[in-house]
Amino acid sequence: MNNPTQRPILSVENLTTEFRISGQWHPAIRDLSFQVQPNETLAIVGESGCGKSITALSIMQLINKSQGRIAHGRIEFDGRDLTACSEREMEAVRGDALAMIFQEPMTSLNPVMTIGFQIAEAVRYHRPVSKREANKRALELLEMVKIPSAARRFDDYPHQFSGGMRQRVMIAMALACEPKLLLADEPTTALDVTIQVQILALLADLKETKQMGMVFITHNLGVVASIADRVAVMYGGRIIEEADVVSLFEHPTHPYTEALLKSMPRVDQPRTALHPIAGQVPPITTDMPGCRYADRCPLREARCDVSVPPLTPVAGATGHRVRCWVRAPSPMLEAVAS
Amino acid sequence: MLIYALKRLLVAIPTLLGVLTIVFFLVRVAPGDPAIVILGESASQQAIEQLRQQLGLDQPLLNQYFDFMTSILRGDFGRSMISNQPVLQEVWRVLPYTIELTLAAILVGIVLGLPLGVIAARYRNTWIDFSIRFFSLLGLSFPAFISAILLLLAFSIELPWFPVIGEASYADPLKRASALVLPALNLGLIMVAYITRVTRSSMLTVISEDYIRTARAKGVPARVVVWRHTLRNALIPIVTVIGLYLGVLIGNSVLTEMVFNRPGLGKLIVIALNSRDYTTLQAMLVIYAMVIVLANLLTDLLYGVIDPKVRNQ
Amino acid sequence: MSATSTLHPPGRLARFARLCWRRKAASAGALITLLMLLVAIFAPWIAPHDPNEQDILSRMAGPSADYLLGNDTYGRDILSRIIWGARVSLFIGVTSIGAAMLIGGMLGVLAGYFGGKLDRLIMAVMDMLLSFPSLVMGLLVVAVLGPTTLNLIIAIAFTAIAPFARIARAPTMAVKQRDFIEAGRALGYSDLRIMAVHVLPNILDEIMVLGSLWLATAIRTEASLSFIGLGVRPPTATWGGMIRDGFENMLDAPGLVIYPSIAILIIMVALNLLGDGLRDATDPKLRHE
Repeated sequence: MNNPTQRPILSVENLTTEFRISGQWHPAIRDLSFQVQPNETLAIVGESGCGKSITALSIMQLINKSQGRIAHGRIEFDGRDLTACSEREMEAVRGDALAMIFQEPMTSLNPVMTIGFQIAEAVRYHRPVSKREANKRALELLEMVKIPSAARRFDDYPHQFSGGMRQRVMIAMALACEPKLLLADEPTTALDVTIQVQILALLADLKETKQMGMVFITHNLGVVASIADRVAVMYGGRIIEEADVVSLFEHPTHPYTEALLKSMPRVDQPRTALHPIAGQVPPITTDMPGCRYADRCPLREARCDVSVPPLTPVAGATGHRVRCWVRAPSPMLEAVAS
Repeated sequence: MLIYALKRLLVAIPTLLGVLTIVFFLVRVAPGDPAIVILGESASQQAIEQLRQQLGLDQPLLNQYFDFMTSILRGDFGRSMISNQPVLQEVWRVLPYTIELTLAAILVGIVLGLPLGVIAARYRNTWIDFSIRFFSLLGLSFPAFISAILLLLAFSIELPWFPVIGEASYADPLKRASALVLPALNLGLIMVAYITRVTRSSMLTVISEDYIRTARAKGVPARVVVWRHTLRNALIPIVTVIGLYLGVLIGNSVLTEMVFNRPGLGKLIVIALNSRDYTTLQAMLVIYAMVIVLANLLTDLLYGVIDPKVRNQ
Repeated sequence: MSATSTLHPPGRLARFARLCWRRKAASAGALITLLMLLVAIFAPWIAPHDPNEQDILSRMAGPSADYLLGNDTYGRDILSRIIWGARVSLFIGVTSIGAAMLIGGMLGVLAGYFGGKLDRLIMAVMDMLLSFPSLVMGLLVVAVLGPTTLNLIIAIAFTAIAPFARIARAPTMAVKQRDFIEAGRALGYSDLRIMAVHVLPNILDEIMVLGSLWLATAIRTEASLSFIGLGVRPPTATWGGMIRDGFENMLDAPGLVIYPSIAILIIMVALNLLGDGLRDATDPKLRHE
């Protein structure tokens, strides 16, 4: 697989992003740390509100300054610390080596510009090419994402395309300059199931042919199984479990991951009752010194409310870490933390 | 686009006919006999009858309506009761003045209002934003004739930069242009205020749209995102406002023409009102109605240019 | 508001100033408007002189102890005329907009509530009215009916009906679709009661905002019509009329024009501030700023 000693394309260290609500700053993601190797697909899974989209936006440095800020942390991408970059430097990175696609294809394209123009634009701001060359490249990209009759549709406007087609256009735009890392924020969530499969297949295909790492954000575990190499599960702004995809599905260790897997309705097994997870995600304005999953956790103990467990390797599995006092206790670290 | 334009044109025609009908009935709904109003209470019955015949008021209403509509279609707007010249002739004489004033005012409004609105949106909630919003509030609070008087006092009388009388021929272009400056600024002031406000709010709405986020994610420079990506989408409500307030512009042009002593349609209508020039008045109202319908049509066509969704219906 | 934006972040000071601005500006506007109303109501007791009393010897005199703002071309006290002028402007403004609110609001609610042909008819008429600018409409009506106070009120009300109808219609349609309306009708509540009890509170906010802004327009239209010569007939003191008279002698006695202008400006700014402030206060989108 990947050479473990090669430098990760993305290395996030202790990232905390806060938002101002009613005058006070509250963290949406807390001390987040993870890495993505070149050509690896990392899936970030979690419910709404766990901070997964904020993570992607923070990496892209697209957080609205009048509402939120990166409180601390380091985001090392391809050797540079993005948190130390000026806006102009970020503009050079975005759309070039680092690209992002979003959840809502229906509203993510500019309605008054042709899609050909919007794709060519992505090329022209990062490569010294003429307008004609950019248009040629844009056409190539449209064909790459399998838009039928691409040449004819080049001058069409977004409202003339279906949702699935628009998402393909978004992908074409993102891939225009052959990014080293693609951040995909729930790209299939807003699409019909049949279209979802097509888009996923397209992404999987592109992943193979291009040398590209991907961070795939989703709340759908089924999608994770089909596309990811590694998985990070987020809850309450933190990663609470991370592992390679097989290990996660075969040995879910964190009670939340377990509950997530159990709550998925399965058609291939005899009908049983549905198992939703009781309780609700705590709002980010609530301050909790301990584990944020504690009040919904069946394994809750006293120490869970006292301090936040660190990410600890699971015994007997490489690359599988869990943030849980009960499932992965580490006495030495516990003493240090408290 | 052509189909869209034709469709809008087709809709405009019945609207125009409807508006003309309203004008017709409005003028005839006046209490009292127009002939008496014109000649005075003490006029002889014979004179009154003669005038009524002359004005066509003795015909049944439907005939009058028919005559009215057909003569307009023929381009016959009647003769002024004062000068006995065809009204249309008077109108042709002053029309260029009104057109250049209106166009200049709109230009002023856009050239000043659009950038101010974009800047106010960009620097939202900073001092820059506040000052711009405060000044646009002031701009709205000045009735057109007061700002006209102030401008006249300041720049024609105290500082004699611009002529006091607004009439000049095209033979003297410099004089004509300088006679246009203050009235255009005055009339444009209200447009600037409206355009600044709507540009600001429209920009703020658009800037929080998903596709702007996509543009930034592509690495498009911030300046381009604001001026090209955002503004082009923000234009739609802005054009709406310009179209809406064209009417206000026409109304205020009357006041501007009065203060700056400039020939124009507005002045014509006021003179007709004060001298009870019945036919001129009627003709002027018809012309105003046509201008308004035309303005609405142009606004619709402009939408077609700006918004691809509209033109591809 | 999305999480990403190219907007400039406001500094602390600017944020605080904005809060002050919004509440203080609107309150200042309300206060000034109230003061003007009081001046208008108590004009007979406040005005130092009879507004129509001519003191020929003091023609176009500047400010003096007896005549605080000076005299006009007939020697009348400018201050008193301004105070009485407030009466005219505010009376015409308030009645015309009040009438427009009532009639327009009613039409809008009827259109929104009953829908169908009635809705289309009403809205078609409203659209046609909307395309006529206030001043031109005012000119028209006054020209046709004659320049009396009543006709001025009618003229201005005419122009204001359409916006109020529009603004009453949309919330009515929204409320009508809600379930408890169905429940009410099943219980036998009359349409009238439903409209009064449920629809009305929802449109009140918007009507208040529009009302203050249109009051400003009404006063401006009245002043403009008076300036043209189609306002309330002299010798009644009107702000527009005073400016018209003073225009001829502007160079000799600028006060004739300046003082009434200031009066108009004050009330216009106050009403605009009030209207803007009310709009910001009631706009749900702006609540979380």
